[in-house]
Amino acid sequence: MFTRRQMLQRSSAVVTALGGLGLLPQAAQAAFNAPAFEAKTMADLVKALGVSMPTESKDVTIIGPDIAENGAVVPVGCASSLPGVKRLLILVEKNPNMLCAMFDVSDSVEPSFNTRVKMGQSSNVMAVAITADNKVLFSHKEIKVTLGGCGG
Amino acid sequence: MNTKKIIGLAVLACALPAVARAQKTAADGIAEYRKMLEDGNPAELFEAKGEDLWKQPRGPKKVSLQACDLGLGPGVVKGAWVQMPRWFADTGRVQDLESRLVSCMSTLQGFDAAELIKTPFGRGEMANITALATWIAGQSHGLRFALPQGNVEEQRFYELGKRAFFFRGGPMDFSCASCHGEEGKRIRLQDLPDLTMNPGDGIGFAAWPAYRVSNGQMWSMQHRLNDCYRQQRFPYPGFASDVTVALGVYMGVNAKGAQSIVPAIKR
Amino acid sequence: MADPMRIRAQAAGDKTTVRVLMSHEMETGQRKDSSGKVIPAWYIQEVSATHNGKPVLSAQWGPSVAKNPFLQFVVKGAKAGDKIAISWLDNRGDKRTDEATVS
Repeated sequence: MFTRRQMLQRSSAVVTALGGLGLLPQAAQAAFNAPAFEAKTMADLVKALGVSMPTESKDVTIIGPDIAENGAVVPVGCASSLPGVKRLLILVEKNPNMLCAMFDVSDSVEPSFNTRVKMGQSSNVMAVAITADNKVLFSHKEIKVTLGGCGG
Repeated sequence: MNTKKIIGLAVLACALPAVARAQKTAADGIAEYRKMLEDGNPAELFEAKGEDLWKQPRGPKKVSLQACDLGLGPGVVKGAWVQMPRWFADTGRVQDLESRLVSCMSTLQGFDAAELIKTPFGRGEMANITALATWIAGQSHGLRFALPQGNVEEQRFYELGKRAFFFRGGPMDFSCASCHGEEGKRIRLQDLPDLTMNPGDGIGFAAWPAYRVSNGQMWSMQHRLNDCYRQQRFPYPGFASDVTVALGVYMGVNAKGAQSIVPAIKR
Repeated sequence: MADPMRIRAQAAGDKTTVRVLMSHEMETGQRKDSSGKVIPAWYIQEVSATHNGKPVLSAQWGPSVAKNPFLQFVVKGAKAGDKIAISWLDNRGDKRTDEATVS
């Protein structure tokens, strides 16, 4: 499906995004991470970090419809079956700000969250999982956004 | 073209439809998207608000709406929606739910009816009317439409509604029937139900009030009709005016037996 | 004070599925009004949940979460009668907390 070059581009895109987000090991985020959510373009998110190259993983899942009748409300779910997942993120690649939501996983909740996001256009939607030992893994799904009709 | 090529092409032509069928169609995709939104309809937020508003003493007279008669007796909410619009003896008029709410809010609570009617959708007391309508209609969820037509005024309003439905006008010479007068029509991805008949459970008249995800707004039947007129480039109808009530009677009677699914969720 | 949330918490064995609907504009700050002025961003930034008072979830949201947000998650080890409380805080400093009982 993807050439190796595309895979690497995708991985590095996720890394730069995460780098820009300051999502580093040990980051005990109590306050709202504004820079993370204000990052406007993939280019803006460049920050070299001591985090391993994110890899695509079958142990991370992103659930969503193939087509969204309206980009204002797109139901998505992110989950991971990996042990020790500390954070789950939802990104919409082509949104003005890529990061939609960031969930801290405690021992009392399952690493699985569902919400609804706004998509400006058809795009890849990604679930990113960060484990306690700083592995960064992702999964992605293309969601097409169509323009509905007049009524309905 | 030689015979072999023709046969080859014929075989290919037969194979292609099979491949197309195996892939999900756009319609399937949309159906899946809509299903994913069914659980957790933001309309529930408006229902909760509407229920509060029904029970809370409000207005200059500081009275609740619990004595309001929606056609089945004062305070009876369940089942009322699927029998509206109908004729009311106390006002001597055929009224739909929102018209009736204006009556009750002015008579029981002391609100100024003319002010209520002038308030734009989504603002002030009009937002409250929408919330009330959402809750009241939702209390008839799953019930089937059975508008009364025993009264001569109810019958007159049906005929008025039918005339209004087929009346062409405005700069585009549209009528309601232009979009909703035939089976099988659609605008882009929206199927347009035929409202001259019962289009089925949860469709057309049976699908409003609904939460529209495209603008995050809760739309009552009055709002839906108002927007239909806007789309036809007609002047806006007055809120709860006779023409809107008459159209409700026409569509509601045609939808006899259809199951109400409100509050629904829409694009 | 914002409108109340709708919270449903249903236990099935050891897992309780919590579904929340929040009433919030979630304005991105990208839109303009009819006079061309930007409508200021107004959105929930922090969400947290407790189970019988114990924190179980914290999350940060951006304005691209949809209007009137929906959230679903699963709490482990809750049972019928327990309390689930959800809180949110937005960029204007408005906040809201609502509670539900696990059924």
